[in-house]
Amino acid sequence: MRWAVVGNSDNLAQRLLNGDKRALARALSKVERGAMEGQQLVAELFPASGNAHIIGVTGSPGTGKSTLVNALIRHWRSQGKRVGVVAVDPSSPYSGGAVLGDRIRMSEHTNDAGVFIRSMASRGTLGGLSRATGDAVTLLDAAGYDLILVETVGAGQSEVEIAKEAQTTVVVEVPGLGDDVQAIKAGLMEIADVFAVNKADHPRAQQTALGLRMMLDIANHAYLWKPPIVKTIATRGEGVDKLAEAIEQHRQFLAESGQLAQRQRKRASDELFRVLRRELFRQLRERVGDDYEAAVARIAAREQDPYSAARELLERPES
Amino acid sequence: MSEQDFNHIRIIVAKPGLDGHDRGAKVVARALRDAGFEVIYTGLRQTPEMIVNTALQEDADAIGLSLLSGAHMTIFPRIRSLMDEQGLDDVLLFGGGIISQEDADTLHDDYSVNGIFGPGTSLDTIIQFVKDEMGRRGKL
Ligand SMILES: Nc1nc2c(ncn2[C@@H]2O[C@H](COP(=O)(O)OP(=O)(O)OP(=O)(O)O)[C@@H](O)[C@H]2O)c(=O)[nH]1
Ligand SMILES: [Mg+2]
Repeated sequence: MRWAVVGNSDNLAQRLLNGDKRALARALSKVERGAMEGQQLVAELFPASGNAHIIGVTGSPGTGKSTLVNALIRHWRSQGKRVGVVAVDPSSPYSGGAVLGDRIRMSEHTNDAGVFIRSMASRGTLGGLSRATGDAVTLLDAAGYDLILVETVGAGQSEVEIAKEAQTTVVVEVPGLGDDVQAIKAGLMEIADVFAVNKADHPRAQQTALGLRMMLDIANHAYLWKPPIVKTIATRGEGVDKLAEAIEQHRQFLAESGQLAQRQRKRASDELFRVLRRELFRQLRERVGDDYEAAVARIAAREQDPYSAARELLERPES
Repeated sequence: MSEQDFNHIRIIVAKPGLDGHDRGAKVVARALRDAGFEVIYTGLRQTPEMIVNTALQEDADAIGLSLLSGAHMTIFPRIRSLMDEQGLDDVLLFGGGIISQEDADTLHDDYSVNGIFGPGTSLDTIIQFVKDEMGRRGKL
């Protein structure tokens, strides 16, 4: 299904819908920047999105996420599916710059017309990152990619935020980490729809998988979906067909159990909340001007408590 | 404040050809990061097609190549012609390697390779060059 676009961002949206990769790349930069132009693009392209299966891939640094994404792309390409990737790496907190290296493992797909890979730096804030990846996914979805993979480094809150954007979240573990119950972060257990125990060429892989299984059985008593644990050797592509199958089964489960609708509602609610919070704050900030900094100073000097200061700012009449 | 809206500059750092290691390219990549740029690092064995397709998908502002193989007189022109094909005319193209002055002049004059850096060039020189070029394009 193709969509015509009302409105006009230099016809960027229309070119994107027509399959122009340059236009998609440009549009991604604009939504990443988060300015008005990016918001306008999302508004124009939103009606054309909603068809892709969005898959989050997360886990500790170096567990083989990018290599696994590479192998999954190969698998889905052999079935003729079009695949989009958003690979997120952290920005340097000192310079604001970044070295984004996930593409190194995905080189074999660079020239494939059915694959689009985009590297993204986490830049400023957490809220900013999930907004940027969420909007990037919307654009790739509108551009007609059937599957969209979002790779993030497992570092606390960020993967939880991004998991909300995904329909299926794959958590990548490796042998030697997973056998230690303490090592599996509680947050990761909760967001995982599928576990990949990668680097299964390592002798302890079986133990890791068993350890995970036990933990899951203890934690998830009444859940409808029991996260499968798949052993993979990403570098050789082994187990990747099983992993893809588990991901597909999860998608079917979501659709048949009614959870897909539920997740989409949750996602919509989160998105609206995020946009409203940002906009309301921006509007208030504009309205009160320097009074904001003055309030901050008063609180810092302990002359006023933050609740009273907030109430005063909120109740300040329009000037 | 909350979210930054400023324009981040994105640079592809690639190592074309089959030879050698990518130590030099990595050092440059890190220096560019420390100067505040977003570097997309592609690793070894990149063909001109891969480099240009990467620049396109990443909406890069610049492409920096590390060349040791002596194949610069084929690789740069090939990349330039692919960039022209894809309409990447606003993208800065530069590189480092062992390149004679004569070749560097040809690359500059005929293929708009704006910066060629020999061995021993300081990282500060490269960073200043990128900043100046981005400034000229109104991106900094
Ligand atoms: N032995 C073995 N090595 C693997 C396997 N999968 C990946 N690796 C290696 O693990 C290293 C890290 O792989 P990446 O795919 O870059 O890992 P990553 O999780 O994306 O890393 P970050 O993005 O930096 O967090 C590379 O040297 C891979 O070749 C595997 O199944 N077995
Ligand atoms: Mg990676």
